[in-house]
Amino acid sequence: MKQVTVLSGKGGTGKTTITGCFAALADRPVLADCDVDASNLHLILNPKIMETIEFKGLNLAEIDPEKCTMCGLCMQLCRFNAIHDYAVDPIHCEGCKVCVVNCPAEAISFNERVCGYAYLSETVYGPMSHARLTPGMENSGKLVTLVRQNAAKLAEETGRELVLVDGPPGIGCPVIASLSNVDAAVAVVEPTLSGIHDLKRALQLLEHFEIVPSVIVNKYDLNVENTASIRGFCEEQGIPVLGMIPFDENVTKAMVQAKPVVVFSPESPASLAIREAWDGFGSFLGL
Amino acid sequence: MKIVVASGKGGTGKTSIAVNLALSVGAKQVMDCDVEEPNVHIFLKPENPRRKPVELLVPEIDEEKCTHCRRCAEFCQYNALFVVGETAMVFPELCHSCGGCKLVCPEGAITEKPRQIGTITVAESRGMGLVYGELNVGEALTVPVISAVKEQAEDDGLVILDAAPGAACPLVETVHGADFCLMVTEPTPFGLHDLQVATEVVRQLGVPLGVAVNFAGIGDRGVYRFCEREGMPVIMEIPYDRRIAELYSRGIPFTAEMTEWRGRFRELLETVEAMIA
Repeated sequence: MKQVTVLSGKGGTGKTTITGCFAALADRPVLADCDVDASNLHLILNPKIMETIEFKGLNLAEIDPEKCTMCGLCMQLCRFNAIHDYAVDPIHCEGCKVCVVNCPAEAISFNERVCGYAYLSETVYGPMSHARLTPGMENSGKLVTLVRQNAAKLAEETGRELVLVDGPPGIGCPVIASLSNVDAAVAVVEPTLSGIHDLKRALQLLEHFEIVPSVIVNKYDLNVENTASIRGFCEEQGIPVLGMIPFDENVTKAMVQAKPVVVFSPESPASLAIREAWDGFGSFLGL
Repeated sequence: MKIVVASGKGGTGKTSIAVNLALSVGAKQVMDCDVEEPNVHIFLKPENPRRKPVELLVPEIDEEKCTHCRRCAEFCQYNALFVVGETAMVFPELCHSCGGCKLVCPEGAITEKPRQIGTITVAESRGMGLVYGELNVGEALTVPVISAVKEQAEDDGLVILDAAPGAACPLVETVHGADFCLMVTEPTPFGLHDLQVATEVVRQLGVPLGVAVNFAGIGDRGVYRFCEREGMPVIMEIPYDRRIAELYSRGIPFTAEMTEWRGRFRELLETVEAMIA
């Protein structure tokens, strides 16, 4: 089984558009949406949810006002500034348990909390693992790990050889979780100075975790000088540029119709370029 | 007054709006709270930058004193400590720095030492204060770097904070304590979905909000219908304009060349001030 992650560093560069198209172009893939707090892949793949799993993140401390003697020790010890007026603020509590074990009155309980849901679904392109983190919750990395585990399980059960992972933006905890044990990654970049800055940090992250990198330039015609500089940089670093996708209004039209653009308008400029990138990706992966 | 510019979906124009708003109204400070991929400093060149490390206290175990009783490992909720046989190990990148292991160790074998996870840069740019944070590549915990950025905020004057995309803990940390949150979105199904989850977070925090629709003219009407239904005012619209996109690609705030927009941003601030008054 091969697992590959589509990432970008910068948000909104076209990760999900490209993952959705790759889902439609791949031979029997399993899909995993690892952007658990602002997930979008389901909006173009229309999964039918077959199983819902409760996701429990870190526990939450709760103070029983009946038992609390207002000694204030918990407020002194909490390093997350999560206790005010002898009550725990659930938004800031990181579930460390320090207050629970140190309360002299044993007034603080430590309770499980549901922080989201993981889903096992079916799409017309293959099984899909995805999730929804309750807005504002911590631990999206842990939920991403659950999505990854579910995807691997789906691949095993259905005898599929490829897991396509749609990654979250950034380089922090959920991104790291979406990269663990993958065979390769493709970074999607737009030819803007911000995009280039963020691409470099994303590529450094791949290097840090020793993951084979590749690049796709989206909306390459927005600034051809920047595109040339991305290509030059990638060539210098020995990173393959798998595709160059032009700006194309059909991408947004396809999104509105809830379809991957390669399905909505297969002959549009973006679709042709994405198909070419997919072919390049296939040989890059040795599929 | 602290105004956060946020969005669920990435790439909707948060940084562009934060920077152009700040320049048009002459903000006191601009703070980039997207510490994973900060971009404000590409548009506002930092002058006189001072860099400061962001450190977390992580445990260090004195092997002489450690009896391998495992209390610390059993206590740690983040699996940052591991005791096997006669060896105790610390995984510092998993540590949230709660200090609990030190408190539960019966032998006094645990001390804490600082470990750098990122940097903040304090600078000036075009007469404004500029602060941005950078999480070290390979580090997972963004929240301590965001709070280090926010610690530099001035108490008075207009402070504009640029948030990271998403609707998880980085957004909570950035919006907490703000006076207003400007939610930037694009009028597409992706933009709508992520606006819904991000506004849920901002509402939980009790911070008043308004919506800015960027790339207006593309996509569909879903975002507008949602805003109307939820009673969330759309207080700015920026059309999809290739010129804006090209200036952005070169790292130029678009109000520098499209000066007619400066007045629009000043009106935006007046609208925000009226909303929170």
